[in-house]
Amino acid sequence: MPERRKFLLTMARGVGAATIGGLAWTGFLDGKKAYPTVLRPPGAAPEKDFLATCTKCGLCVTACPYQALILAKPGDERPIGTPYFRMREAPCRMCRDIPCTVSCPTGALDRSLVSEKDDHGNMMLDVNKTRIGLAVIDRETCIAFWGIQCDTCYRTCPLIDKAVTIEYLRNERTGKHTIMAPVVHSDHCTGCGMCERACVTKKASIFVLPRELAMGESSARYVKGWESTDEERISDAPEDTTTVTPRSEKPPLDYLNKGDL
Amino acid sequence: MPSMRGYRFMFFRRISQTAIIGLFLGGHLLGWQVLQGNLSSSWLLHTVPLADPFAVLQMFATRHVVATEALIGGLIIALFFGLLAGRSFCSWVCPLNMVTDAAGWLGEKAGLIHPGKSPVISRKTRYGVIGVSLAVSLSTGLAAFEWISPIAMLHRGIIFGMGMGWTLVLAVFFFDLFVQRDGFCGHLCPLGGFYALITGFSLIRIRHDKEKCTLCRKCLDICPEQQVLPMIGQISSAVTSGECTNCGRCIEVCNDHAMKFGIRFSPAKQRTRIA
Amino acid sequence: MKLTRRELLKTTAVVAAATAAGMSVPRELEAAAKHTEAGWRWDKAVCRFCGTGCGIMVATKGDRIVAVKGDPAAPVNMGLNCIKGYFNAKIIYGADRLTEPLMRVNAKGEFDKKGKFRPITWKRAFEEMAKQFKKYYSQLGPTGVAVFGSGQYTVQEGYAAAKLMKAGFRSNNIDPNARLCMASAVAAFIETFGIDEPAGNYDDMHHSDTIVLWGANMAEMHPVLWSKITNRKLSDTKRVRVVNLTTFSNRCSNLADIEVVIKPNTDLAIQNYLLREIVYNRPQAIDGDFVNQNCIFATGYVDIGYGLRPQTDHPKYKKAELDTASREAFKIITKDEAIAMGTLGFKEGDKMEMKHAGQAGNHWAISFEDFKKGLEPYTLDFVAALAKGDPDESLESFKKKLTALADLYTEKDRKVVSFWTMGFNQHVRGTWVNEQVYAIHLLLGKQSQPGNGAFSLTGQPSACGTAREVGTFAHRLPADMVVMNPKHRAMSEKIWKVPEGTLNPVVGSHFIKILRDLEDGKIRWAWVQVNNPWQNANNANHWIAAAREMDNFIVVSDAYPSISAKVADLILPAAMIFEKWGAYGNAERRTQHWRQQVTPIGKAMSDTWQTVEFAKHFTLADVWKEWKINDTNTLPDVRSKAREMGYKDSDTLYDVLFANKEAKGYAWPDPIGKGFLNSEAAGDKRNVEGFKGYGFFLQKYLWEEYRKFGIDHAHDLADFDTYHKVRGLRWPVVDGKETLWRFNAEYDPYAKKENHGKFAFYGPAGKEIPKGDLSGPKGEDKVKLPNKAKIFLRHYIDPAEIPDTEYPLWLCTGRVLEHWHTGTMTMRVPELYRAVPEALCYMSAGDAKKNSFKDGDLIWIESRRGKVKARVETRGRNLPPQGLVFIPFFDEQVLINKVTLDATCPISKEPDFKKCAVKVYKA
Repeated sequence: MPERRKFLLTMARGVGAATIGGLAWTGFLDGKKAYPTVLRPPGAAPEKDFLATCTKCGLCVTACPYQALILAKPGDERPIGTPYFRMREAPCRMCRDIPCTVSCPTGALDRSLVSEKDDHGNMMLDVNKTRIGLAVIDRETCIAFWGIQCDTCYRTCPLIDKAVTIEYLRNERTGKHTIMAPVVHSDHCTGCGMCERACVTKKASIFVLPRELAMGESSARYVKGWESTDEERISDAPEDTTTVTPRSEKPPLDYLNKGDL
Repeated sequence: MPSMRGYRFMFFRRISQTAIIGLFLGGHLLGWQVLQGNLSSSWLLHTVPLADPFAVLQMFATRHVVATEALIGGLIIALFFGLLAGRSFCSWVCPLNMVTDAAGWLGEKAGLIHPGKSPVISRKTRYGVIGVSLAVSLSTGLAAFEWISPIAMLHRGIIFGMGMGWTLVLAVFFFDLFVQRDGFCGHLCPLGGFYALITGFSLIRIRHDKEKCTLCRKCLDICPEQQVLPMIGQISSAVTSGECTNCGRCIEVCNDHAMKFGIRFSPAKQRTRIA
Repeated sequence: MKLTRRELLKTTAVVAAATAAGMSVPRELEAAAKHTEAGWRWDKAVCRFCGTGCGIMVATKGDRIVAVKGDPAAPVNMGLNCIKGYFNAKIIYGADRLTEPLMRVNAKGEFDKKGKFRPITWKRAFEEMAKQFKKYYSQLGPTGVAVFGSGQYTVQEGYAAAKLMKAGFRSNNIDPNARLCMASAVAAFIETFGIDEPAGNYDDMHHSDTIVLWGANMAEMHPVLWSKITNRKLSDTKRVRVVNLTTFSNRCSNLADIEVVIKPNTDLAIQNYLLREIVYNRPQAIDGDFVNQNCIFATGYVDIGYGLRPQTDHPKYKKAELDTASREAFKIITKDEAIAMGTLGFKEGDKMEMKHAGQAGNHWAISFEDFKKGLEPYTLDFVAALAKGDPDESLESFKKKLTALADLYTEKDRKVVSFWTMGFNQHVRGTWVNEQVYAIHLLLGKQSQPGNGAFSLTGQPSACGTAREVGTFAHRLPADMVVMNPKHRAMSEKIWKVPEGTLNPVVGSHFIKILRDLEDGKIRWAWVQVNNPWQNANNANHWIAAAREMDNFIVVSDAYPSISAKVADLILPAAMIFEKWGAYGNAERRTQHWRQQVTPIGKAMSDTWQTVEFAKHFTLADVWKEWKINDTNTLPDVRSKAREMGYKDSDTLYDVLFANKEAKGYAWPDPIGKGFLNSEAAGDKRNVEGFKGYGFFLQKYLWEEYRKFGIDHAHDLADFDTYHKVRGLRWPVVDGKETLWRFNAEYDPYAKKENHGKFAFYGPAGKEIPKGDLSGPKGEDKVKLPNKAKIFLRHYIDPAEIPDTEYPLWLCTGRVLEHWHTGTMTMRVPELYRAVPEALCYMSAGDAKKNSFKDGDLIWIESRRGKVKARVETRGRNLPPQGLVFIPFFDEQVLINKVTLDATCPISKEPDFKKCAVKVYKA
């Protein structure tokens, strides 16, 4: 039956085209998820959830009073249409009323992530809970580590003396001066990028990276004995305490009974 | 003045399309509070949330929780077009329509694409694209069409900066110019397809009056979705297909007053039935 | 020969250090250095910016500055810099450098006050400048013209300008921007010690156990010195104590053991508390021998006004200003003042007429008993309640801090250095607060010893070296001499080879007075050099209007278009630091010279050249005739005496003052300048309007002549060539040796010569004063006090303007580390601009909340005089207490001096930038 055959053929073609298109499309979008260096607005949900829920409406970009947020254009090498910061050019000013987060209609920017319960139990915005990323210092190019009295990053930090502090190191070369070394503290750094913009070296020697890239993670089975609050760090450690290495992966009997001596 | 009369809806459509962009642009750059955001989602007068219902649908497909504001916004838009305005989003709101119209106009002038020539792709393709959009959204966890939509690219580009986005828009232009007349809007666009699916019952419609029709076929030549006009010269009725974009071009070109805007349920309809 | 990178760096440093020190370099190393530095020439110079005086090395290639480095051989900084110093290589290449003279002209090209700036030639510029000068000079005499000088002048520039003004034009109307920063320090040095500038040096920072900051944000304003202090603290954290007295929390508090946030102006009361504590409660802390041998007690008038206009209803005052202006005539005694000055018989509500505004500096000797009696009211309870600056701090906590401060000062064997800068100097009683800190140190015998002393820090790179030592002030001559003193004039006339009677004995207009005189039409020609008065002087709206709306002619020499250039009539493009030979003198009396490294940009020429060229337009007949100065003073016609000296009436001031026989004895080329440019002596490749050079070593001549003033006057400087071989020397340089601690016979040859025991405060000024008691001088007797310093009793008094319900906040202005003064240079360094692109209004979170401001909100800051817009910052580097806002003055867009009050210390005439009353509201 040519009609029937033709219909089936069309159907098959359609399904084939859809499959090819769908696969290519999936591949393309999968690439969109792999932008590990993108810096999102305050209150951004974890990147995967953020990308799924951001409708690319740009309301956060419009809401930013400093025109710091950018809506990614094709060619920006960021997920198209999503908001991000370029810290060297325009960092986040950490508005206390966080207009960008508040403006988000889809929850991609989640105000609960940048809120704190006040004394009456109401959720109040607290911009200091922002975690855009973490400032990282290249000690080789940072001129403060050379002994130059700079510390522009420190003085420009909205959480001065918390997120960035000065470590005093005696300048052994001169014997008479101090190296005033900036140090970033991840428990306070919001990743606002004010330091990255202010840095006076040619390419910034302090720069913001997403926290997943910038931070390590220490063992959940050791607590600093000299720090009473360190225990909180591991409060949600997994219950399973089993450890496995290539040496321990074989059950004892397998090991004992098999193999050469 | 046949020329003015021949373009009166086009004139208002362009006003509508540019005014909407203008309001968004003013909202972004000058802080106007009439419309802030973009076609994906926005605030009307700083109080009413609006959202692209197809984008919301894709978000559902990603299995992510959709915020209430976006839900309400999507519903408002879906109800507005679905119950009232028909698929007029495509001809009265969508900025890409200006691009594809330009391609169509130029294609015809240059004789590149003739209306009615054998189609390269099926008009049903868009419904396939909807299906694939949702499938890909499901599999990737991302609202799939929103990442590649030339409509969003153009609209966002105008408001927030175009970047390399013009390449995709130009691609659509050339596709319509060289490959398939009304190729994007009438064949591929899943957003247009989505509106076609939900506006089958909307109130505002084009109506055809068979009595006045002289069968000149101008309406069919000009229509970007000719398949919605099977009644021409056959019966007096409303254009009931959701694929009609209410662009009004047919009314403009009809010298016989055989086409006009009306509503779905009119006395005329009953008359036709009686007849 | 191949070198590793490490070896290469080492080699380079050795060669650079050795070359500059005039040492020979091992042959092998020398060759290596040349090879590795292909085409780069390194030479020593000085940082352009602050009074610290860091040594730098400058690299040139292709007649451009290509790099700088900290000079490892420089004792001050040992190779380090702050970020301004780090950018020395970039300051002279801003895209908008002024490259040619610009004048306001009409369509026909004639000068027109209302015209637009158009490029003109140097020739045309000087002709118009001289024509205008002659017009106003003949109308108004020597008091009708003025020069705004600078603490950033090179020594030679300042010397040339002062010589032209004082010996040439017979005008004392030359006053530097150092009036705005160091005048109070100077007045206190002169009144206390009889000679200007600190006794100690930077080594004090390594020797001391206690650093007390009194209004000095060293962490930002003297960063390299702050790193020395920090090092001292780190070297013995248990023993070394740092105290930060300030009106707002700043970066020094980071290191400080005690931060004392005080209410503006109450430093006076705190000092009196400390003195009282010593005298009444801890007399054992007094170094009796030291005081008996080296000190006397003195006091002066309290009713001396606030340095505002004497005419309190001056027509140029706006109505809103009149209330504050009236304080110059009288003030109503407040409760606190009544307590403080109770020993003078004042009661709350009394009207204090400012009867002694004209004799503000007069003082007389008093007995120790009177001194003690005067201090009686300054109890801990009274002072703590008065001085506590942070409303959120408890009185108890504040009292504890004051007591701890007294403990530190009075602890036996604890060495203490007190540092201050603008917190003291820019103060309506600036001279007093300077004197009071000396009083504390003198009473305790902790002065002029390593690690012990009151140390006035300098803001500008050559406020000491040029403004003060050269004497580019309205009342000064070189080497601490003054125009009022006939002996000083005679000596100067002799060195300058001008006829007796040439110099004008009447003190000229000080910086703020020049601006007021411009507004009054008393001065109608002014030349601004190395300075930006229309941005850096208080109450700027008046001066802007005066410049643009009055009949006058204003010349601005600058490297970049500044606000002052914008209000000027003629702009002259100036060469910058490395484009000329020069010398600066830093805060520890260290004089440092450098060579011209590159040809100036465009047609820019040095300020020295401009001064010397201008002198060519005047003959002796023009200037050395009779001039009436005021009702009592007339300058004699000295032309006949001049003729006796061999001058002709037709000789120009250039011939007499600059290109004289002695000058021509300094030949160019000179071995010290081998391989270096000298645009003044020999012209340069640009051949600017045919200028081929003067043919002699102008800068060396100026230096060697200037040096004559100080020799044997405790101001000895070394010869020109020596400074080009060493990393600076701290004067007095006697027998080739620098002096580390003045007045201390162990270190200071002048003190030793006096044979007055371990110490001799030999400064010659004010060593004969009347006797009296707390109420005033008594009798005609004068007491001589050779080799003695004065311990002053000075009372607390409210400033001219204090916050009230309408203007509820204190305004304090100042600087940030990243920018230099009015930002003319640093706002053109891209990195520094980006680091701090705008001046912010630092405010307490409490005040912001009270006014519903968010961080970043644009607000108006308005006083009775003017208003500016700035953005709110509550989280920044400076954290003011409630009731005070701080705004830096570097940003032309936030011209905060439109808001500030032009009240000055009545003695030093230095304006107070640290306190006036403002209101704030959303813009």
